[in-house]
Amino acid sequence: MREEVILISVQQSTGSFEPALEGYPANEESATFMTRVGQAAMIVSGAALVALAAKQRSWRTLGIAAAGAPLIYRGATGHWPVPEKIAQRASDAVALVPIETAVTVGRPAGELYRFWRGLENLPRFMKNLDSVTELDGRRSHWVGKSPLGFKLEWDAEILEQREGTLLSWRSLPGSDVHNAGTVFFEPATGGRGTVVRASLDYQVPGHFLGQAVGKMLSGITEQQVREDLRRFKELMEAGEVATTDGQPHGTRSLLNVKNPI
Amino acid sequence: MRAVCWNGKNDIRVETVPDPEILNPRDAVVRITSTAICGSDLHLYDGYIPTMKKGDILGHEFMGEVMEVGREIKNLKAGDRVVVPFTIACGRCWYCEHELWSACDNSNPNAWIAEKAYGQSGSGLFGYSHMMGGYAGGQAEFARVPFADVGPLKIENGIEDEKVLFLSDIFPTGYMAAENCDIQPGDTVAIWGCGPVGQFAIQSAWMLGAERVIAIDRFPERLLLAQTWGRAEVLDYEEVDSVLDTLRDMTGGRGPDSCIDAVGMEAHGTTLDAKYDKAKQTVRLGTDRPHALREAIQACRKGGTVSIPGVYGGVLDKVPFGAAFGKGLTLKMGQTHVMRYMKPLLERIQNGEIDPSRLITHRLGLDDAPWGYKTFRDKEDDCIKIVLKPGGNGHFHTHTLGGNGHSHGGNGREHDA
Repeated sequence: MREEVILISVQQSTGSFEPALEGYPANEESATFMTRVGQAAMIVSGAALVALAAKQRSWRTLGIAAAGAPLIYRGATGHWPVPEKIAQRASDAVALVPIETAVTVGRPAGELYRFWRGLENLPRFMKNLDSVTELDGRRSHWVGKSPLGFKLEWDAEILEQREGTLLSWRSLPGSDVHNAGTVFFEPATGGRGTVVRASLDYQVPGHFLGQAVGKMLSGITEQQVREDLRRFKELMEAGEVATTDGQPHGTRSLLNVKNPI
Repeated sequence: MRAVCWNGKNDIRVETVPDPEILNPRDAVVRITSTAICGSDLHLYDGYIPTMKKGDILGHEFMGEVMEVGREIKNLKAGDRVVVPFTIACGRCWYCEHELWSACDNSNPNAWIAEKAYGQSGSGLFGYSHMMGGYAGGQAEFARVPFADVGPLKIENGIEDEKVLFLSDIFPTGYMAAENCDIQPGDTVAIWGCGPVGQFAIQSAWMLGAERVIAIDRFPERLLLAQTWGRAEVLDYEEVDSVLDTLRDMTGGRGPDSCIDAVGMEAHGTTLDAKYDKAKQTVRLGTDRPHALREAIQACRKGGTVSIPGVYGGVLDKVPFGAAFGKGLTLKMGQTHVMRYMKPLLERIQNGEIDPSRLITHRLGLDDAPWGYKTFRDKEDDCIKIVLKPGGNGHFHTHTLGGNGHSHGGNGREHDA
């Protein structure tokens, strides 16, 4: 994975998380909406960091919790717990995080490609998706899992598709979550199936605490993509995704939190 | 249902929890008729395995009757008797196809935690921490068994539970430990630890053609069993000046051809390094106490094999790697690929070659599990192996050793040895 976090400034201080990406002109309405989405995302990612730290319960992870707390504060209040001027400048930018990860699946490339190209299958292994609806041969409508009641929706289009080799897509202007990606299907050595390589760009809020937090967030996001690929592999090889959700257990401690991934 | 739950170090409670359900198409739910406490459960009891959560259901050695199967399960039906291996494997990934069942790629929902710790994750395991999947274990009245078309071994005839129960873990584990030694005619095999896995390693070393078997421990009841049932030459490490010198003398200066460490991360010892380990682990500066491993490496003959069925968890201190390199040793280890051994070992049991139930010293009701854990950990009451009977009529406790059985009525927790 590339380590750098790309920072993109917007021209005006709207406090929004709308990036000035080419082809994605910011407008007033979406800017307001994006503020709310950004806040929700901050609470969620801040909570995830605190949860991760609580789960690991070591001195080292106190730092993670310390990083998570301001995110929750910002998400809930709309202000960073720092002087206004600094906060304003910081929130004028977003971090765009490139993610690359791969998994080897013991099935032929053609079979894997066809399953993935059936975009409506994606929520079966992408944990943060509720549904994908194909609108026509190129365009599709995506609904993400809704943090705190917010519904995240976007349209995407397929940029390139090569049977059994690669599939490339990007979200369309006006999306709640901007993302673009390519998934490559390459034969593994020695007949060991197919290497599935995902290369994605996600817009991640909250670079405010600088590159360190950006990296940490990108680490979590990369881990989420890696988990999606793992579930894809499990589904294609074993026919189901391993789970313990819904199994019995004894009395849990209040300190126990669900896995952040 | 009633289930044995981990609540922290030295804190085992039997709680009432919801019954398990089918969650995936390849699941089965089993009503447990017999389940055992494993030596590796004691590492959980002592708090040395990370990623445990209060309320986790323990147990990974169990068998019972199939109650219900998922829609993809064709080879099992309600009423079948099965022994369930402690490793959970999908049967279809590269590792399963190569019979490396405990390395299955697709059975650990928390593989990411194990990947952070170990680079790659092994298979999911029953009742053995969230890093290993967080699956509810089998010290309970019922258990959900994922990938039930791969693991569970059907027991077709009326052979009793106690003879086949240990196919779930310790018999295959002891057998794989001996198999890893690549025993040749004339070989001497030395085994550290005469607990249940050590006992099965002794039995298996004979099966695989060893000429001499030397067993090392300090508890008289274990050494006695190794001597009587196991026909091994025994060594009480508290009685000899030096285990290494004694082994060297016993083998005419060559050292054992292979050495099995059936002790693992909580070794005891009388030497300085063992005391150093204990001190470090007590203040959490060390994860493991690899005293037995050090001795096994130091004792082994040139070009020999050190086989490690004992569980290790973290980073090991002062392991004589120079000795291992200098003597050109082969080191083999890992969680047992249980499915590889269940059928052939069942045949040996059915042929009357071995009666694994000889190991059992205690039979308890599920509610007596807390007493059982403590007794097993503290090696009290001549305890070698405890079997829990969830279907049993509440509290009972029988205790046998070396065939001279005696039994006690009443609640095991009130029992005073």
